[in-house]
Amino acid sequence: MARAATTADAFNAVAEPRRRQILDVLAHGEHQVNDLVNRLGVAQPTVSKHLRVLREVGLVHVREDGRQRMYRLDPRPLKPIHDWLRDYEQLWSQRFDLLDVVLDELTATQDEGADDDDD
Amino acid sequence: MMTTSGTAPLTTPTETQILITREFAAPKHLVFRAWTTPELIRRWWSGHRGTVTIADVDLRVGGAWRYVMTSNTGFEVGFHGEFREIVPDERLVFTESYEGMDGVEPSLNTATFAETDGLTTLTLLSDYGTRAVRDMVIASGMEAGMQEAMDELERVAVDLDI
Repeated sequence: MARAATTADAFNAVAEPRRRQILDVLAHGEHQVNDLVNRLGVAQPTVSKHLRVLREVGLVHVREDGRQRMYRLDPRPLKPIHDWLRDYEQLWSQRFDLLDVVLDELTATQDEGADDDDD
Repeated sequence: MMTTSGTAPLTTPTETQILITREFAAPKHLVFRAWTTPELIRRWWSGHRGTVTIADVDLRVGGAWRYVMTSNTGFEVGFHGEFREIVPDERLVFTESYEGMDGVEPSLNTATFAETDGLTTLTLLSDYGTRAVRDMVIASGMEAGMQEAMDELERVAVDLDI
């Protein structure tokens, strides 16, 4: 399972599906542990364990509210992931846009050549 | 014009994969040709980020391919691999290694070309074996100016102990 060293970055933190579910719930507002337990249908120690990982990478913050501990999302550590994905996506968009130009030419050439292409 | 310019939908179906899908206003044999012909690859593979300096394609099972581009800021980025499966105009399975990452297992890529009513949907599925490698590859597509982020990524990779 997760090695200690791998929990220190946001990439790892969001790689775990259950932790993404927790982030999804917290994206809609602050919650206490019991809310998360009820919504996810997972045992409380499991939820607490994931919350600890998410807190370590700064994705979740906690505050005391009387006897309750309230958890909330801080999306900022996700930005590098988002930026990387967006940039890679942009590179492929550029490639495909250029490929469109190439294909327009190939299509035009083929049309001129009429039926000599039996592919 | 039926071109679908803009963002290529990219998803990550599993934590080791990247899936990119795009529709082209051309029949599949032409998309396949543009994808596998060196002088055509030179025209699109670098995007707007540089110039393709090498596009070698030995299109047969076990044959090698290698693309190198020089980025607008002057450094070289190279990828190479080997063809594993070739179904002309329909499907290519090939390995891919990023030349900046020695000692990393190549990814296994599957490109499929599916034609409907003269439009071709290209699906490119890349499996990197581990999430850390996938994330590094995503970052390797970045522009030269983003060295800072690369450094950050290197730290991440070291932390992940790949």
